[in-house]
Amino acid sequence: MLLTLDHLTVHLPDTARPVLDDVSLRIAPGEVVGLVGESGSGKSTTAKAALGLLPAGARASGEVRVDDTDILALTGEALRRHRASTVAMIHQDPRAALNPVRRIGDFLRERGADRARATELLAAVGLSDPEHRLRRRPHELSGGMLQRVIIAGALAVRPRLLLADEATSALDVTTQAEILALLRTLRAEQDAGLLFITHDLHLAAAYCDRVYVMYAGRIAEERTAKALFTTPAHPYTRGLLSCSPTLGETSGTLRPIPGRPPSLYDTFPGCPFAPRCPDAEAPCETWRPEPLTLPDGGAAACRRTPVTAARSTP
Amino acid sequence: MAARFARRLAGFLATLLAASFVIFAAVYAAPGDPAVFLAGGRDKLTPERLAAVRAQYHLDEPLVVQYGRWLGDCLHLDLGRSFKYGDQVADLITSRLATTLELVAYATVLFVVLGVGAGILAAGRQSTWVDSAVVGGTTLAASVPSFVAAIALVSLFGVQLGWFPVTGTGSGFTGTLHHLTLPALSLALGALALISRVTRQAMADAAASDHVEAARASGIPEREIIRHHVFRNALGPIVTMCGLVMAGMLAGTVVVETAFGISGIGSLLVGAINTHDFPVAQAVLLLMVTGYVVVTTLVDLVHPLLDPRVREEARTA
Repeated sequence: MLLTLDHLTVHLPDTARPVLDDVSLRIAPGEVVGLVGESGSGKSTTAKAALGLLPAGARASGEVRVDDTDILALTGEALRRHRASTVAMIHQDPRAALNPVRRIGDFLRERGADRARATELLAAVGLSDPEHRLRRRPHELSGGMLQRVIIAGALAVRPRLLLADEATSALDVTTQAEILALLRTLRAEQDAGLLFITHDLHLAAAYCDRVYVMYAGRIAEERTAKALFTTPAHPYTRGLLSCSPTLGETSGTLRPIPGRPPSLYDTFPGCPFAPRCPDAEAPCETWRPEPLTLPDGGAAACRRTPVTAARSTP
Repeated sequence: MAARFARRLAGFLATLLAASFVIFAAVYAAPGDPAVFLAGGRDKLTPERLAAVRAQYHLDEPLVVQYGRWLGDCLHLDLGRSFKYGDQVADLITSRLATTLELVAYATVLFVVLGVGAGILAAGRQSTWVDSAVVGGTTLAASVPSFVAAIALVSLFGVQLGWFPVTGTGSGFTGTLHHLTLPALSLALGALALISRVTRQAMADAAASDHVEAARASGIPEREIIRHHVFRNALGPIVTMCGLVMAGMLAGTVVVETAFGISGIGSLLVGAINTHDFPVAQAVLLLMVTGYVVVTTLVDLVHPLLDPRVREEARTA
């Protein structure tokens, strides 16, 4: 396995519940794995754990391994080298992730690309006139171009694992499609794993090999993309799917999930989704969620899952 | 860029014009009649003599006329003659200006190096004893009035340890440096707290931005992050504040010059005001205001070099 998260639990100071609660996730080399959920469900924190980048004051238990390195045990120079060579993150807002006063060339150079390689990288991510762009500053480029620059920066180190945190959410659809195609090509070329974080379940289902659905810092469901889309097992996944309109449906089928995503100050004795769940029963309020294996190999953390109810072995 | 520059220049001239009128009117309105002083004292004063002196120095004309005459002369670089010494005001000022400029320059180097240094140190070790020591130490230094600091420095380094001379300006570069160390230090002490705290805060703000976390996530060495991402982005407020403090010092050397017996612009001004020497007081005040406005304008012009986004706005505006 390229990335393994094993029962990762992360507590922040002064919060009522862990920001990540018993998260187990894996990515094989060359695999595209989606991570879906509402804002605040812990997607970014999960991705950053692979970089050993936990919020200030966080207490973590469980395991994070990239190849066979225990990331949570890394410190100082070893941790810096891990971030500089093995894993690269593509940030959500390219304009915020680039230093406004420095040139594009500086951004690529400090990630270890010399001038020739920087030009080559910008050309590879589809920027025209790369030689000239190296001397530009972020405010002189559009959002789509900047996202390509960020991707070029992430590729500069030839990472084994790419973390794309809402990498395309801020872009218009045509640019989004180009960037998605680009990421897939690059992943195939370098046989890198890709963790694709998005709040768009349809996009994840169409783009990824496997998808994890997160809710309140927990993995609610883990399925292959196709299975997730056709036979969602967790009521939250079903809720997410019926939240977004699809072509050919009448407007009456659009059903938002009632309530709002829980904050870090809400605690749950049982299933965190129970208060918003249309199918919740009394025992759900006290049932501690655990992943239950589905017949097709996926898993869902819902006690109503119609299964042989064998516990999954993570 | 040219339009921006022209706008700056027009603003600069307007500020100077307004300041010159305020200065002239303030000195004019000051209590005491210079004609009495010019006529040689109260005892041998006759109304005729007073009137003659007034006429000679144009003191009998209305304020606006006098102001117009003075302004016209200033534009011809004629600052008039001192009532007291009879010398050209311009000569009096040039003979003393160098000392004050050296003092301010020295103090600026001290507060920039020490203040920014302490600020960076505190920002790098926030909420540790280093941070508390910097904040506490500089606050203490700022709360001591500069004349008290001057006396303390004199008694410690001048009298007890004998490291530095306590009066005069010395000659040659090293001599001047040696003589001006204590005055410059007492002038810089008050600025240290401000500069170190602005630096600390600007660094903290810059360090909280997303691109710093992104750089850290990319495994860029911490030293480079601090230099290229945190300090580089914090420069704007730091440079602005250093410029303002330095500009303020041009008009604030009086106390230190008096304490160390340095004959600079500050002591010239105090003497001129005490003796109703209108032309000298007006010229020195005008010079101080000019210095202040020039420095702050320069700081504004430097800003686009520090932040390319400002340059862009200036171009499109």
